[in-house]
Amino acid sequence: MLLEDISQAVGNTPLVGLPRLSPPGYRIYLKLEGENPTGSVKDRVAKYLIEEAERHGQLQPGQRILEPTSGNTGIGLAALCRVKGYPLTCVMPENTSEERRQLLTMFGADLVYSPASEGSNGSVRLARELAAADPEVYMPFQYGNPANALAHYETTAPEIIADLPDVAAFVAGLGTGGTVTGAGKRLKRWNPEIKIFAAEPEYGDLVYGLRNLDEGYVPEVLDLDVLDSRIKVNSLKALTMTRRLADEEGIFAGVSTGASLVVAVRVCARLPEGSSVVALSPDGGWKYLSTGAYAPGDVEEIAQRISGTLWA
Amino acid sequence: MPTVRIPTVLRKHTGGEGQVSAEGTTVGEVFDALVTAHPDLEEQLFEDGRLRGFVNVFVEDEDIRFIDGLDSPVGADDEISIMPAVAGGMA
Ligand SMILES: Cc1ncc(COP(=O)(O)O)c(C=O)c1O
Repeated sequence: MLLEDISQAVGNTPLVGLPRLSPPGYRIYLKLEGENPTGSVKDRVAKYLIEEAERHGQLQPGQRILEPTSGNTGIGLAALCRVKGYPLTCVMPENTSEERRQLLTMFGADLVYSPASEGSNGSVRLARELAAADPEVYMPFQYGNPANALAHYETTAPEIIADLPDVAAFVAGLGTGGTVTGAGKRLKRWNPEIKIFAAEPEYGDLVYGLRNLDEGYVPEVLDLDVLDSRIKVNSLKALTMTRRLADEEGIFAGVSTGASLVVAVRVCARLPEGSSVVALSPDGGWKYLSTGAYAPGDVEEIAQRISGTLWA
Repeated sequence: MPTVRIPTVLRKHTGGEGQVSAEGTTVGEVFDALVTAHPDLEEQLFEDGRLRGFVNVFVEDEDIRFIDGLDSPVGADDEISIMPAVAGGMA
């Protein structure tokens, strides 16, 4: 595979069977988005956010990009901004992991921190304020930009259909909702019988970080009509499954992968025997090592201890 | 009796309780019992008799929007969770 630069290396990720974790009579496959150039599914989104803005004349050469992101989208944007010549500011909660900050800084991004007490909603608020106050910056805004879901509609889902045309269900985690919305729509266009499930991590209080419910936020990108259900997964279950994935299938993934796999296993019983289920693994575990999620020890104790930083 | 998990932001209306038991065989019935016991919760959870948009409710981890809304059945040992809607933590 010969490519001219890093932007061409996005996508075409492996879809790997999990014979040891699949319930008897079902086959779960995991799409390893950690194989993207900066290590996450968000390389697809970063590429679409930038290239759609270029195509529509919203982004001028050398213009600064500003985005609320606690990690993967920022890292993907930062690498692409390097090769495409855009300066980048990422707005993130101050309690995000050290690996993510180091990666962003190495790629030359400027970091602005929102208070940990406001959670991820705080980054959205602050980024909006900063963008409104500075007409020179372009904010792609992954939470509200159709290019986010389009990346999955045009790349993630077609890859799944090509590899596994008889897929019966698709499971992905819920952040902006771009993955489930974009991939879900394309999969249902291919076969309306395909079921789409969202795994919602049960975040720690720091992510919720709300003073009252009116400060809640539902991303514009998320289309709930695509979903057949949304299932909540707590930190302990997600962490336990993530560690089993390494132990039994030899795959080292981030904790949101574990959450999606918990849902994939749960929904098998709703499908005809012999069905294949695809779960999406957004990233590998590397960026989360410093959280202690993979440290030896009692998983319940670890889940307790790190619940504040696990999803931040 | 079913239990209801109360998010931190609403605990000021339950006297600090993070988990409350309430009678009922549907989410609606359980919530009626809940707001009778903790009247301040009413306007936090409901607007014109409907659940507010920034509130997600799960029965045994499944979002009730995809079951039967407030009519979703609740078993005697089931756990109902009330969660605030947030911007994705990991995006
Ligand atoms: C690790 C991880 N899990 C889940 C998600 C959620 O994906 P989406 O924003 O498409 O809903 C993301 C998004 O960045 C992520 O980085």
